[in-house]
Amino acid sequence: MCATRPEVPADRQGIAVLDAEEIRRALTRIAHEILERTHGGAGIVLLGIPTRGVPLARRLAARIGDFEGLAVPCGSLDVTMHRDDLRLRPARALGRTELPAQGVDGKTVVLVDDVLYSGRTVRAALDALTDLGRPRAVQLAVLVDRGHRELPIRADYVGKNLPTSQREVVRVLLAEVDGADAVLIGGDGRRR
Amino acid sequence: MKRHLISAADLSRADALLVLDTAEELAGLADRPIKKLPTLRGRTVVNLFFEDSTRTRISFEAAAKRLSADVINFSAKGSSVAKGESLKDTALTLEAMGADAVVIRHGASGAAHRLAGWVRGSVVNAGDGTHEHPTQALLDAFTIRRRLHGGTRGAGLDGVRVTIVGDVLHSRVARSNVLLLSALGAEVTLAAPPTLLPLAVESWPCSVRYDLDGELPKSDVVMMLRVQTERMTAAYFPSVREYSRRYGLDAARMARLPGHAIVMHPGPMNRGVEIAAEVADSARSTVVEQVANGVTIRMAVLYLLLGGTGFPEVAR
Repeated sequence: MCATRPEVPADRQGIAVLDAEEIRRALTRIAHEILERTHGGAGIVLLGIPTRGVPLARRLAARIGDFEGLAVPCGSLDVTMHRDDLRLRPARALGRTELPAQGVDGKTVVLVDDVLYSGRTVRAALDALTDLGRPRAVQLAVLVDRGHRELPIRADYVGKNLPTSQREVVRVLLAEVDGADAVLIGGDGRRR
Repeated sequence: MKRHLISAADLSRADALLVLDTAEELAGLADRPIKKLPTLRGRTVVNLFFEDSTRTRISFEAAAKRLSADVINFSAKGSSVAKGESLKDTALTLEAMGADAVVIRHGASGAAHRLAGWVRGSVVNAGDGTHEHPTQALLDAFTIRRRLHGGTRGAGLDGVRVTIVGDVLHSRVARSNVLLLSALGAEVTLAAPPTLLPLAVESWPCSVRYDLDGELPKSDVVMMLRVQTERMTAAYFPSVREYSRRYGLDAARMARLPGHAIVMHPGPMNRGVEIAAEVADSARSTVVEQVANGVTIRMAVLYLLLGGTGFPEVAR
């Protein structure tokens, strides 16, 4: 990886493993892969998992729109109420669930998240999706796959495979939320 | 947020906004094919109702069920209370049954507070005597925010002028609303005859007027209170007709409100006394919306009290 990453704010700890340019390229590749795998993107719906999956889904939708000239329905899917670790922590604020007007019935839903780790968030997302309708198929796109799965779940589209230790912390920063794009890895001893 | 919800004063501005924002996210559930979330699976919510209630009890029951909690309904009629069992013994029975939350409606002010000392679960006050009814205040704040601000998340009610009219003395809804709405930044005015204002009302965070007509053109929200004849032990006004003339909201008075103003009523309404039928059924009236929002707000409260371990520290 390159040495200087001037766009990463100095107060964000960790080593940058992807910079803005690399994130852009990874998303472009994923957008092409989605088009390829779904035969031109007919009937797809992109659903981002809050917080950072939502801007990622929007970016992917915009790219697919640019490449193929089609308007890709895009929304968000909050999984908080379906998590399996709710009782381990104080109740947390909910994110937004917003489905495109067409809904998800009979569509190919591509779930979008920033980091794939234990797989528990995706499990919760699959449950949440079941209550919203019956998609024809569900796929998963993530910017970073850091390994250490605890459930039989895998991603269909991966921006970067990032082998990590469980003690390390992977943070994805996105311009829409954090003011700049970067993927950082740091070791502060806690599980993310 | 604290462990119990006894008084609207238990909620800081940040807590109240957390409840409203959570409710805003949950509001979409009513439009979905499956109106249920698995969040409180295996938790037990007891509805302990010592006073008659339609909307509050049904609303709490629907809220708990939509979150997959088990609901036990208890009403004083037909229970051991009729044989003289005390509130404490009833509470200990519920405790033995493992209630994670107790929703209590009681005719005595302070009953919810007493109960909170006897049970391990969370206590939610669904109206205690003439004291408080915090979830009603939350749903009213939610309704106001949706109507006037389009439900913008994180927004308070700063500068919104709310006039609460009528039987403030016997109204738990008024007290909770004054506390909550003022914490959210609203300017609250009480308009009532002097006989229907409680002692020490001047210490409440609101202003007090005896004349309703002067307040109408300045109000964004008019909240009509029910004249609670069942709690009245003396003659507070000469006749119902005279009360209605001076403090009832009829079409002529409604016409003096600003164009965007809304009319609220916590229900049940005495049509023709504090509110005319044509007002209650007008487009400005939020009475039906308030009921729908009640389920949403109570889901948010139950989720925040029971959804995690410990109680949410507001980090905003």
